[in-house]
Amino acid sequence: MPIARSLRGIGSRVVNGVWRIGYATRFFLMILRYSGPSFRRFHLTVKEMFSSGVMSLIIILVAGMFVGMVLGLQGYETLKRYGSESALGSLVALSLVRELGPVLAALLFASRAGSAMTAEIGLMKATEQIAAMEMMAVNPIARVIAPRFWAGVISMPLLASLFSAMGVFGGYVVGVVLIGVDEGSFWSQMQDSVDFNHDILNGLIKSLVFGVAVTVIALFEGYDAPPTAEGVSGATTRTVVESSLAILILDFILTAFMFRGD
Amino acid sequence: MSSQSLVEIRDVNFAYDKRPILKGINMSFPKGKLIAIMGGSGCGKTTLFRLIGGALKPTRGEVKIAGQVIHDLDQQGLYEMRRRMGVLFQFGALFTDMSVFDNVAFQMREHTDLPEEVIHDLVMMKLHAVGLRGTHDLMPAELSGGMARRVALARTIALDPMLIMYDEPFAGLDPISLTVVGQLIRRLNDALGATSIVVTHDVQESLKIVDYIYFVSDGAIIAEGTADDIRASGETFVHQFVYGEIDGPIPFHYPAGNFNNDLGVRA
Repeated sequence: MPIARSLRGIGSRVVNGVWRIGYATRFFLMILRYSGPSFRRFHLTVKEMFSSGVMSLIIILVAGMFVGMVLGLQGYETLKRYGSESALGSLVALSLVRELGPVLAALLFASRAGSAMTAEIGLMKATEQIAAMEMMAVNPIARVIAPRFWAGVISMPLLASLFSAMGVFGGYVVGVVLIGVDEGSFWSQMQDSVDFNHDILNGLIKSLVFGVAVTVIALFEGYDAPPTAEGVSGATTRTVVESSLAILILDFILTAFMFRGD
Repeated sequence: MSSQSLVEIRDVNFAYDKRPILKGINMSFPKGKLIAIMGGSGCGKTTLFRLIGGALKPTRGEVKIAGQVIHDLDQQGLYEMRRRMGVLFQFGALFTDMSVFDNVAFQMREHTDLPEEVIHDLVMMKLHAVGLRGTHDLMPAELSGGMARRVALARTIALDPMLIMYDEPFAGLDPISLTVVGQLIRRLNDALGATSIVVTHDVQESLKIVDYIYFVSDGAIIAEGTADDIRASGETFVHQFVYGEIDGPIPFHYPAGNFNNDLGVRA
C-alpha cells in the first residue's frame, strides 16, 4: 500500500523531528546549566571568540561594505525620483541597522563560523575526543560546548554592528564621494532618523537572538552528528540550512513585535 | 584474590535493545596486574570496556571498582572515580586544537590547582617516560601514529591513575611502535603500581606483556588464564584465534544463500 507507506514515512519524520527538537532544547538547557566555567575561565570563551568572531571579520566587513554600496546606488536611484536624495543617509542607515545588518551578518556567521563549529565538534566526537574528555572526568558541555556558545552569542551583535558600520561607510562612499550627495545632509538626516532605542537597540537584540539560534543549532548538530565522514558533512549542511531558516523566521517574528505600526 | 581486586565484574549481562551482547560475565582484576580482554570483532569486549568506565549500565549484575558499584554512582561520584582512572583510546584521541604539552597538562589544569611551573615539570617527566619530551611543542597532526599513541599514553598517566584502561592500544602500529607501546604499557603499570586492563585482539604482542587473559566470544568468557595457558588452550576458537588460522569455528565465509542461485546457474 503506497499511501500507507508514505503516511508512515511522514509520521516517522514528524516524530523524529519532535524528538530532535526535544533533544536540542535539552541540549540548550544543559549549556545554560554548565555555563559557569565559560565565565569563571573567560579565556576559554575569548579563545573561541577569536575562532568564531575574529576569523569571520573579513567576510563580514567586505560583505557589509558592498551591501552598503549597493544600498547607496539603489537608494539614490529611487530617492532621486522624488527629489529626496538627501534622505540617502537615513535609508542606508535604517535598512542596515534594523534589518540587513543583523540578518546578513547572521547568515554569514552561520555559513562561516556555524558550519566550522559543527564540523569541529562532529570531528571531535568521531575521533573520540569528546569521549576521552568524559573519561577524564571533564564535562564536555562545560569545557567545549558552553564556551563556544557564549563566544557566538557575544560575537554576533559585535559582528552585526561592524557589518552595519561598514555598510554605512559603503553607502557614504557611493552616495557622497562617487555620486555627490551633500555630505552634511547625508549625515544629519541619518542622525535625525536613527533612534538609539528603537533602531540600534532593537537591531542589537535581533542579532543577539540570531546568535543564540545559530550557535545552538551549530553546536547541537555537531554534538548529535553520527561519527562518520558522511554524518559530519550532513550535519554541517543541516547547520547552514536550519540556521538560515531560523534567522529568517525569527527576523519576521521579531520585526512584527519591534516595528509594528511604525 | 577477590579481596585484593581493584575491579570486580559479577554476573554482568548487557543488551542493546533486546539484542544480548554480554551474558553472565564474571571477571576479577587484581591490584597491580596487567590483564587483557581478548576476542574477535563484535564479541562484546568494547562493551565491557565501556561498562568498566561507567559509560554503560549493565542490564543485570554489577561492576565494582575499588569497592564501589560504578553504575550506581551519580555524575559527581562517577567523575570522582574517573579522576583515578586513565583511559587510552584506540587512536589516542588527542585534542587536535592543543599542543602535545597542553594535551598532557589538560587533566592537571582541569583537576588540580598546581602552579604552572609544577605542571611544566610534571608534563616533561610524563613525556620523558614515553620518550617524547622533545615533541612538547608539536601539534598532534605533526606526530606519527605511534608517537600520537605514546603522547596519549603520557596523558593517560598524567594524574598517576590507580586503574589504566587501554582500548586496542596496538591497532594500526608498525612493528617497532608496537613493541615500544607494549613495553611502555608493562613498564608504566609496574612503575605506577597501577592495575591495567588491555582490550585487544592483538594476540602476539599482548601475550608477551600481560599477566592474565580473559578470552571473550559471543558475549561470554570461553577461556582464561596466563599466556601459556592460552597458547596451550584446547578450545577450538581460542586456538584458531591465537594461531590466526583461516578456518575453524569462525568460518571464512559469511553465511549466505545458495551460490548457484546468486550466479543464476541452474544446478
